[in-house]
Amino acid sequence: MILLAGLGFRDAALLRSEFVRPVARVAGHWGAEWSYCHYSRLPDDPADGYDAVILCGTALKDTGYLREIGRFSWLIEAPVPVLGICAGMQVLSLVHGGTLRPACEIGMVDVRVLCPNPVLPALPSFQAYALHRYSCDPPPGWTTLAVSETCVQAVSHPHLPLFGVLFHPEVRNGVVIERFLSLVYHGKEGEGEEGQDAPPSGHG
Amino acid sequence: MKVGVLCSGGKDSLFACMCAMQEEEVACLITVFPDNPESYMFHTPNLHVVRLQARAAGIPLVAGTSRGREEEELADLSRTVAEAVERHGIEGVVTGALQSVYQASRVQAICRDLDLWCFNPLWYADPGEYMETLVSSGFDVIVSAVASEPFDRTWLGRRLDRAALQDLRRYAERYGTSLPGEGGEYETLVLDAPFFRHRIVIGEAEAVWQNFRGVFHVKEAWLEGDA
Repeated sequence: MILLAGLGFRDAALLRSEFVRPVARVAGHWGAEWSYCHYSRLPDDPADGYDAVILCGTALKDTGYLREIGRFSWLIEAPVPVLGICAGMQVLSLVHGGTLRPACEIGMVDVRVLCPNPVLPALPSFQAYALHRYSCDPPPGWTTLAVSETCVQAVSHPHLPLFGVLFHPEVRNGVVIERFLSLVYHGKEGEGEEGQDAPPSGHG
Repeated sequence: MKVGVLCSGGKDSLFACMCAMQEEEVACLITVFPDNPESYMFHTPNLHVVRLQARAAGIPLVAGTSRGREEEELADLSRTVAEAVERHGIEGVVTGALQSVYQASRVQAICRDLDLWCFNPLWYADPGEYMETLVSSGFDVIVSAVASEPFDRTWLGRRLDRAALQDLRRYAERYGTSLPGEGGEYETLVLDAPFFRHRIVIGEAEAVWQNFRGVFHVKEAWLEGDA
């Protein structure tokens, strides 16, 4: 079971349908079970009972999650794999000692992959949908996996399966979510082809 | 939150409007009317029916104009949204964008410049689920234009009901057309919605079709009870 955490400034249906449902659609299509929770209602040990957590993005104007960064301290020792999307990557970075800087991108951007990794497409570069006003300077020791012309687009923890992507993989890059799920359930790198990985038995 | 809904008169904008009404206050509909029928961004058949839709829903309409020059159209939209902020105090804009990154990015940029929220409640919704919900939740939607094979003239003015959805599914499988017409395969016009107080009645219309392109021109329409 995957926990999809909503990062909207409030648990509004308009934000859920735009930023959580498309992620849930990819996860469901891949064969993963998921459940949704707004970050304000997460229990003390949010990962308990889940195989992985995906922190979903939120609206361009939304910065509410930045004022409540203390609620995400459980990510410091996250016991399960985490994929942070956009606002989720910002939260993941901040909790681990990274910093934010203003950097706005809206629309399709070229993302250049800097090193081979389990979650990004196995390509030198690809197009991705960006919708953010801040970018992250990654936490000390973290690996920068990919960049756009403007800023860092993907990071990973040096040892743990914690990944952040600033672009929105649910838009045209569902394969990133699929590869993350493949890593969670099969403990291996996805093959990078959409729909190639079989749903995990017992989780479909 | 007070929001304004960008409205083209078609199913996606009015369905998005309904989504917004469930939790937020829809203070106005926002429509840009192009002078130029070839308008790149705003051209939609039967755009004039939006005025009736706004009355039917009891929601004020903020109507902007555009000369329909591609490079000016974003500024025209931005000006109209700014007018909606001034007149109705909206803090956010709602669109019916489904998957068009082109369309969504442009509205997002306008909202950023005006410091407004931007909501896209249909964004990457499952096409099948969305269309199923649409035909089963009290909307009366007709096809107002077609622009690709295999949409023949019988589609012009055709009601989007369960049988039509069945045909659309077949087309999607066989011809690769988008189920909700995301690729511009067909356009729609909403005649009734769950939040309309009156339905729209078409008095006179003319269907023009040639070689898989056609428009259902609504020449006369009114609100039921108004006649």
